Amino acid sequence: MASYNMNQVRTGLKVLENGEPNVIISCAFIKPGKGQAFTRVKMRNLLNGRVNEKTYKPGDLLEGADVIETSMQYLYTDGEHWFFMNPDTYDQVEADAAALGGTEQWIKEEDICSVTLWNGHPILVAAPNFVTREVVETDPGLKGDTSSGGSKPAKLETGAVVKVPLFIQTGESIRVDTRTGEYVSRGKT
Amino acid sequence: MTGDAAKWRPTAGLTALNRRAAMLARLRAFFAERDVLEVETPLLSAETTLDLHLEPLSSTVDAPGIDGRRMYLQTSPELAMKRMLAAGSGSIYQVCKAFRGGERGRWHNPEFTILEWYRVGWDVHRLMREVAALIETLLGGSRRLEPATYVSYADLMRRHAGIDPQEASIQALRRAVADGPSPVDTSGLDRDDLLSRLFGERVEPEFAPDRVTVVFDYPASQAAMAQLNASDPHTAERFEAYVGDIELANGYGELRDPAEQRQRMERDLASRRGTGRPLPPVPSRFLAALESGLPPCAGVALGFDRLLGLDLEAGSIDELISFPIERA
Repeated sequence: MASYNMNQVRTGLKVLENGEPNVIISCAFIKPGKGQAFTRVKMRNLLNGRVNEKTYKPGDLLEGADVIETSMQYLYTDGEHWFFMNPDTYDQVEADAAALGGTEQWIKEEDICSVTLWNGHPILVAAPNFVTREVVETDPGLKGDTSSGGSKPAKLETGAVVKVPLFIQTGESIRVDTRTGEYVSRGKT
Repeated sequence: MTGDAAKWRPTAGLTALNRRAAMLARLRAFFAERDVLEVETPLLSAETTLDLHLEPLSSTVDAPGIDGRRMYLQTSPELAMKRMLAAGSGSIYQVCKAFRGGERGRWHNPEFTILEWYRVGWDVHRLMREVAALIETLLGGSRRLEPATYVSYADLMRRHAGIDPQEASIQALRRAVADGPSPVDTSGLDRDDLLSRLFGERVEPEFAPDRVTVVFDYPASQAAMAQLNASDPHTAERFEAYVGDIELANGYGELRDPAEQRQRMERDLASRRGTGRPLPPVPSRFLAALESGLPPCAGVALGFDRLLGLDLEAGSIDELISFPIERA
């Protein structure tokens, strides 16, 4: 993989730091009029999400990380791994719980997910931004409730629990924003 | 529009262009009132700085009588202005473009506007007060500044970095830099690089946003073109002026001894050679001017774009200049 010098680093670049893939989220050029120049780089570790800051000298190099984002179809899980397929090549990859990081509670077979691959292995799986899922468990709403009323928890077929309006009943489908975990509307069926 | 097609427009808005023109007018009035003469010197010159931390841009010039001469875009007008001082100009100022390779960031563009002035017969402390007065005058329209504060480099380093810049061992400096909130691999950094890093990381963020902070008595090893303090040769008559953590100006009680000046330049040249950096010639016309006699004087260079940035409360130099390097 290519190395990047301090004139080449920029936001969005994927680099290796302590052997782990990171994405650069900001870089600042620091240079006193009469002194050594530095580049301050903030990066997010793609494995654990932690943000780190480091400062580099002009001659320092950052090693590029072979990280790509692809769209893949979710196939199934054996409870320990989640299997995804590249719809063009039919290549399959297996992701572990760390890569899913909670995404498993939203996804259903055939969903097209965004899968980040590092050296070909999935390190991050993101659900589609919006999914429509069936409610499998929620308290029956009280008579006379209107759509402007309060909310109650509802468990979805994929496992997530979201707050829904009181009028939503078990067996209905709802549309959810997976980035915030919020109810959007009744689903179209 | 995408790509280059969208890049024909200036990045500075009309407000910035108007304020720049107004600030230039106030600047010229400031010096006219004080009988300081405006001068012009060449931007392109056969002689340039050898400063280790400045990278001059160069060009090859062909013209009748000049066959393929390597010439340098000035990193500041210092060498030429000192030649004018040695020739008897009296106090002078210049506002012009300066060029520094490798410098690009929120407050850096390789081409920028510099204000440089020299006060003949003044000592460095008197010039420090004039620098604060100029900044306060030029920013007076937009913000009210508290009275300027003057503090020595060593005091600041002791107070904010817990480091005595003279006494601290290089190991202690390395540890302090490596343990900072934004660690650096300190290999290849010398004592001054480490001090400079600590100053930037620990000291500058502590400067009050609403006043001019003038830092004086820099370590002798960072004297650049300042003379050493007569009372304490560990420090130099060098100062810097800030508003908040924005470095605005760098000034000296000017070094006048040609032998000492030549020695410093040859030391810089040797360091450049050791690190494979470009090797501009020793500026012999400048040194000849010092031989002939530079009058006692103090001089300072100020980043005009940054001052305008404070005036406009801008977020970057791009808001202040018509076409940053990517669009130039």
